[in-house]
Amino acid sequence: MIGVPTSAGFVPPSPADFWQPLIGDGGFAITRPMFLMVLTTAAICLVLVLGTRRLTLVPGRGQWALEGVYGFVRNSVGRDVIGAAHVRPYLGLLLAIFTLVLVNNVMGITPLVQYPTFSRIGFPIVLAVAVWAVYLVAHVRRNGLIGFLKHLVPPGLPVFAVPVVFVLELLTFLVIRPVTLALRLFGNMFAGHTLLLLFALGGEFMLLHGGAFLKVVSVPTFAIFFFITAFEILVSFLQAYVFVLLTSLYIAEVYADDH
Amino acid sequence: MTPVLTAEEGFWATAYPVIPHPGEIIAGTICFIVLLVVAYKVAVPRLETMLAQRQAAIQGGMEKAEKAQAEAAAALEEYRAQLADARAEAARIREEARAEGAKIIAEMRERAAAEAERITEAAGRQVEAERQAAVTSLRTELGGLATELASRIVGESLTDSARQSRIVERFLTELEQSSPEEVRATAAPAEPAAPSTSRGTSR
Repeated sequence: MIGVPTSAGFVPPSPADFWQPLIGDGGFAITRPMFLMVLTTAAICLVLVLGTRRLTLVPGRGQWALEGVYGFVRNSVGRDVIGAAHVRPYLGLLLAIFTLVLVNNVMGITPLVQYPTFSRIGFPIVLAVAVWAVYLVAHVRRNGLIGFLKHLVPPGLPVFAVPVVFVLELLTFLVIRPVTLALRLFGNMFAGHTLLLLFALGGEFMLLHGGAFLKVVSVPTFAIFFFITAFEILVSFLQAYVFVLLTSLYIAEVYADDH
Repeated sequence: MTPVLTAEEGFWATAYPVIPHPGEIIAGTICFIVLLVVAYKVAVPRLETMLAQRQAAIQGGMEKAEKAQAEAAAALEEYRAQLADARAEAARIREEARAEGAKIIAEMRERAAAEAERITEAAGRQVEAERQAAVTSLRTELGGLATELASRIVGESLTDSARQSRIVERFLTELEQSSPEEVRATAAPAEPAAPSTSRGTSR
């Protein structure tokens, strides 16, 4: 796991690079992603509070941008997936998830910060557990426990398949969904950042310590680094979008009998 | 998990990346809750209020425009109806006037005919009266003249009025009986017998 020095002295990136404690060490150390999380949360809260202080019917530039983000979450994701009739109680959840994930993902390619907070699995787990709790509670509150369990098995199934499907669906609802939610976000950010590190560190190493050939090769390596950086912008947005989209889909199932 | 973590110094540096760090879970939870509170208590209500107001404003404007359009259409319809009414009214009045005119003309014509008839009748009566008067005066004069002429011829006085009138009457009767055409040509068509007798007696 540790970045083992190769024969040439190059240390490839490893999970150790993501461990950046600021204060203390161990399970409750104050780490750099924690600090980042607090910082981004504070920034988002500030924008949400100050940006919505004087909303006008004809938006100014700032309000227009804020409304763009909110409108995307509210209309393109929430309303279209959950339905206009039921989306209202979940708007806050969707807005919080989308902004938090997006801003923190962008931190991964923000100069001087360059740390995607959600590459630390603790943070995606928090969001996934929240979503998991929300859709389960909503399900049971709306359809009752029996209704929820009945909903797991689609009607018209052969009798012998019912228990199998029931167990599979229960597993999906209780385990697979939250786990995949958390792992998807974490994996994307972790892998993306590792790739960036690899090309940045590799390019640097080849340029500084390599021979003539490696010095030349470092040029396309840096080019790939820039390409991946650009790609990470896309991934940042995409992961934020996918997270709220799946959240909406899971919540929409609560009201499936409506549609 | 936790006891192991604190014990081992380098554990977190080399731990599998899928092992969640407890401190980060706590920090993430707190941050997420704070953000949720801000979103639910501040951002979403404010934004929703504004969006509702905007929608109301847009809808209000559209409704206003629609109402104005409907009003304009209604007014146009009303004007058209009024115009049609007015046209019908005008046609009716024209028709009435025409009928009235025709009636008046007929009446006038009738009245004129009656008047003409009346005038004709009056004229006829006047002519008759004048003729009668002429006949009477002519007869008297003729009687006088004839008597005077006869007396001169005969040389005998015919002053006796009874005889005189008898002679004249006889003469006239003979005259009328012998040649009625001649008499009629000279002195208008008449019923000679009756008036002559009456006239004779009245004198």
